[in-house]
Amino acid sequence: MKHVMGVIDLSEKDGCPDLKELTRQRCIASIPFGGRYRVIDFVLSNMVNSGIINVGIFTLNKYRSLLDHLGSGKVWDLHRKRDGLFILPPMQHCAAEEPQGDMQYLYDHMDYLKNSSQKTVVITGGNMICNLDYREAVSFHREMKADITVLYKDMGPGQADLSHCKKITLDDDARVVAMEDAAGQLKSRKVFLDMLIVGKPLLLELISSCYGQEGSRVCNLVNHGILANLSSLKIYGFPHRGYLGAIDSLSCYYRHSMDLLKPEISRELFFKPGFIYTKSNDEPPAKYGTGALVQNSLVANGCQIEGEVRNSILFRGVRVEKGATITDSIVMQKCLIEKGASLDTVILDKEACITPGRQLKGEKENPLVVGKRAKL
Amino acid sequence: MIQKKECVAMLLAGGEGRRLGILTKKLAKPAIPFGGKYRIIDFTLSNCTNSGFDTVGVLTQYQPLVLNAHIGIGIPWDLDRKNGGISLLSPFAEKGGGHWYKGTANAIYQNMCFVEQYSPDYLLVISGDHIYKMDYAALLSHHKERNAEATIAVIQVPWEEACRFGILSVGAEGKIIQFEEKPPKPKSNQVSMGVYMFNWPILREYLKKDERDKKSHNDFGKDVIPMMLREGRRLFAYPFQGYWKDVGTVESLWQSSMDLLAEEPELDLFDRDWRIYTVSPNHPPQYLAPTARVQRSLINEGCVIYGEVENSVLFHGVHVGPGSVIKDSVVLANVRIGKDVQVEKAIIGEETVVGDNCRIGYINGTNGQSADITLVEEHAVIPGNMIIRSISR
Repeated sequence: MKHVMGVIDLSEKDGCPDLKELTRQRCIASIPFGGRYRVIDFVLSNMVNSGIINVGIFTLNKYRSLLDHLGSGKVWDLHRKRDGLFILPPMQHCAAEEPQGDMQYLYDHMDYLKNSSQKTVVITGGNMICNLDYREAVSFHREMKADITVLYKDMGPGQADLSHCKKITLDDDARVVAMEDAAGQLKSRKVFLDMLIVGKPLLLELISSCYGQEGSRVCNLVNHGILANLSSLKIYGFPHRGYLGAIDSLSCYYRHSMDLLKPEISRELFFKPGFIYTKSNDEPPAKYGTGALVQNSLVANGCQIEGEVRNSILFRGVRVEKGATITDSIVMQKCLIEKGASLDTVILDKEACITPGRQLKGEKENPLVVGKRAKL
Repeated sequence: MIQKKECVAMLLAGGEGRRLGILTKKLAKPAIPFGGKYRIIDFTLSNCTNSGFDTVGVLTQYQPLVLNAHIGIGIPWDLDRKNGGISLLSPFAEKGGGHWYKGTANAIYQNMCFVEQYSPDYLLVISGDHIYKMDYAALLSHHKERNAEATIAVIQVPWEEACRFGILSVGAEGKIIQFEEKPPKPKSNQVSMGVYMFNWPILREYLKKDERDKKSHNDFGKDVIPMMLREGRRLFAYPFQGYWKDVGTVESLWQSSMDLLAEEPELDLFDRDWRIYTVSPNHPPQYLAPTARVQRSLINEGCVIYGEVENSVLFHGVHVGPGSVIKDSVVLANVRIGKDVQVEKAIIGEETVVGDNCRIGYINGTNGQSADITLVEEHAVIPGNMIIRSISR
């Protein structure tokens, strides 16, 4: 895999989905997830676990918390003398300008691509929750002598709710014959993972063909790289068979978070095929008081629990006082739930404080979100 | 060229911890796991970091493998530094042959070259055997304010325990008059914590002198400190208040683990202004199943609990199967406990697998009173339906 580099493109080309308070000050990739992680930890750890040691992250909006999280990349073993982690913010165009296609960002960072020694590029978005090893996909890409390999997941009948994702159809040789966005008519259960493998020379060629000429167009890789070339290029699909969660709406975020309470899903997502790495906070072990009752929940270190917690996810350093109850909720880092307060189907962003006796309730499809540092 | 440092810390981490039985079979006492995620040495290393001391020599000797792997290049304690940082100092062989560290003073003597590199004004000598939180910067200010040549941190202990320690007699303004190492009849209950601040140029001469004395044990408490006192050096006591524990025995290790479970424990691990740093195992959050019942316990990341845990400390990655009950126990990392197992008043070593229906420790015997602690070895595989308990000593 030393010939493969990774690009995580956070340009959110389909417009920034609204996750209410959760995305007020951060991009999706930077949303806390699973008790101690952020969304980007999954794609980033996947790359590292696959043996990729050169990863570029194209940031676009609201990336302050992301920079803080990634640091030098040490946690992912990407703090390296050669290669390692490259965080590449956008070249500043006029702020009021029309939204650019992701090709623009690839074009802006062409020097990074050219300067890297690797010959193959894995390009992914930043909002997919999955645990996969790119090695298989890369060897498939080589065996098929593919120009581009797109990763997809065949969704079972019961789990087809990835309505925001693009769908693809393949022929018998796994060659991509059609790809459409969510609004399209394509009847397919094959969902595009927003991940693809492409040879660097071809990628550079596709970028230049969009931007080499006079006048700028809004170009993106999927439309102008893949859809426009379905017949002229050899574009194959490679299946991901594990769990997939795409974080593109509040209800998706809630649902995929709650999926982690199923041990078979969390075992896979956190351990197989590789570990998911994240920044460590040096919190002590979680402490349970006399009278604490915690069931079917994920609890991160640094929590101090005296109340009742059911079917919930508690991030690091959450305090639940006596008589407080938390049900079906997600409570982010350092929140304080005071005596007798109750939460039902609520998402609390970091450092929120719920005062004694306060009761909050949301709905499964529309959980109540409380903003960062709010005091209710 | 190496930068001068005002103060260098030397951390003695060679302790064997013989009274800890099988717990120290493969590791030195400072490497003993404690508090659900730490090793004992993390407390002194974190004290260094939190006090702003960035140059630390760690003197290892007995079973250094686990300790060396744990410390690495000091990243968790922010001690991977361009100037200074952490250095692991093991005994080494020279042309004339190699020498084990003969005593605490000899360990520093053998590493004089290391200290000299930084031309420090002061040398802090600490031991990796104790659990406490101390601001060494405050100790250094105390030392400087009194124009001392050596300062010893002291703590008051119950009279009956005093004979296990170095006893200090303190005169006016905290000046040390007398120092006796482990006297049978102590004259005071002010004991040395094994935390010393020295003026390096003075200590250097005493270390050389002590080394020439063939009858010396080459120990700070037995030899160097008494010699300095005899020669009228300015030695002061630095009174310390707070939690300080030498977990030298299985009982004290178990008891201090249980102490952490109090509602407001003396040793506060949750103090954000004095964090205890350690190597992160990078496990996901702990999962408590619908059948779980956890009370009065410290549980570390990566644990998966289906059964009941009460009054216990679980390190990372412990699995507790359905129907199992863990009481008054310490379970070290990655232990797998099967179904319907009962564990009471036990310490279970790392990576051990306990089969279904086992009973470990003293179960419902004397209402938990004065029952001995059952120790289960690390990496053991215990088949189902076994009964394991300690033999009364």
